[in-house]
Amino acid sequence: MKSACDTAEWVARAAYGRLIAILSARSRDIAAAEDALAEAFAAALRSWSDHGVPTNPEAWLLTAARNVMKNQLRHRGIVEAAVPDLLASQESTAEDGPTFPDERLKLMFACAHPAIDAGIRTPLMLQTILGLDAARIGRAFLLAPTTMGQRLTRAKAKIRDVGLRFELPSPNDMPQRLSEVLDAIYAAFGIGWDATDGVEAEGRGLTEEAIYLGRLMAALMPEEPEVMGLLALMLYCDARRDARRDERGTFVPLDRQDARLWKRDMIIEAEGLLTAASRHARFGRFQCEAAIQSVHVQRPITGRTNHEALVMLYRLLVQHHPSMGAKTGLAAVLIEAGRANEALGLLDDLAAAATLTYQPYWATRGKALHALGQMKLGDKAIETAIGLTEEKSVRVFLGTLISRRAT
Amino acid sequence: MQYMLLLNEPEAEFAKRNDPEQAAAYWGGWNAFIGAMAQAGIIVKGDGLQGPHTATTMRVRDGKRMIQDGPFADTKEQLGGYFVIEVPDLDTALEWAARSPSASCASVEVRPVLPPMAPPAA
Repeated sequence: MKSACDTAEWVARAAYGRLIAILSARSRDIAAAEDALAEAFAAALRSWSDHGVPTNPEAWLLTAARNVMKNQLRHRGIVEAAVPDLLASQESTAEDGPTFPDERLKLMFACAHPAIDAGIRTPLMLQTILGLDAARIGRAFLLAPTTMGQRLTRAKAKIRDVGLRFELPSPNDMPQRLSEVLDAIYAAFGIGWDATDGVEAEGRGLTEEAIYLGRLMAALMPEEPEVMGLLALMLYCDARRDARRDERGTFVPLDRQDARLWKRDMIIEAEGLLTAASRHARFGRFQCEAAIQSVHVQRPITGRTNHEALVMLYRLLVQHHPSMGAKTGLAAVLIEAGRANEALGLLDDLAAAATLTYQPYWATRGKALHALGQMKLGDKAIETAIGLTEEKSVRVFLGTLISRRAT
Repeated sequence: MQYMLLLNEPEAEFAKRNDPEQAAAYWGGWNAFIGAMAQAGIIVKGDGLQGPHTATTMRVRDGKRMIQDGPFADTKEQLGGYFVIEVPDLDTALEWAARSPSASCASVEVRPVLPPMAPPAA
């Protein structure tokens, strides 16, 4: 259940993204929309304390921001001839009154457009839809606020100048374009997830923001099973957050986690989403990853992990999304299913150059070698994994897997 | 909006222009692409260019002309032609870029054209 405070935050965030989306939909000028909205918020603080809060604060802010944008156009003095047209186009939706269309979905697709560098799509969404500032986003991405600010400014300028369409993709392009939007959201979740080590310093990373964006997508595109799959996947993972560390802060792998620490309401919601998604009979990467999580959460109920089901699902995932992560995941579940030989063969087939700095590859390889009794080689692989690990708690955990400590 | 499609080609494509066995297919591909754009009524202007071996590059440094035989950079792909097209948005421009023979053998750079400069303030 959402608390009153969460509800208030949800409303505030919704208002921000909705207003930016509608203010920039025609001009494609996100930066100008942000500036205008900031001025409108400042005006609201002054006006509302004197005259009281209007019956529809969101519509008030929209009108105020539009006035700011009109004034900017008048003052700019360039392309004078175009101003009447621009003003007319801005006014054409003024009679929409208190309810105006939700343009956030179009804005999401613009942020994740293939013409925009993949590395800046997630920051762009976080800023335009949720209103996070460059400093906050920069912290999550381990970049200086000014650097992040410059990259965001550049991306917004490109959207404005290049004539990017603030429209939904055609049905033909939809699957690919949607997967790019979902990838950008999942990237935010991943960053939040990896950042749990600095949990005291940085709050909870970006996982909450990613889940918010996932919920928004699910509300705006209720017929898309992959959207439900992504939201389910993030909920399954987040449900286990508290179980990922023991009381000393050491990393606890999934199969040794205390299931009593898992958040049951999130798991129930995720199961419901996955079931709803499956009714559409259009399988995809995120549904597959969510289904894998679903198998894992059965353990406390059935008392055992269904390794064969995991092997099957990972094989499907490799088919849909043949990434190194998926292949390494398949190898890991093969080891658990007692097929370490097969796992090692799969790992051997991965291109050497790509795996050189991929920590999960080396950790999984070490486990496979240990399972086959090749303790020395296994230790070496685990040591490589330790060297590639950024998180201290994971390093400590991997250290416990070494069969023969210091010689 | 107006976009310029900068159509690049690799050496092998340029060579086809004068190869009796391949010239017909080469030009046929371009004619089909240009014909489709013409039929859609989007062409503002455009030309094919003679091959990179005909290029001469000029630089002036410290008042001295430095003339170089060949294109400005020796890369695998060279400019083979350009079109300026009038279409509503980037996605449409990218769709046309994808249809050009260059897209599958080399690359097409798509750039919005600057609007005409405002006359200097009196």
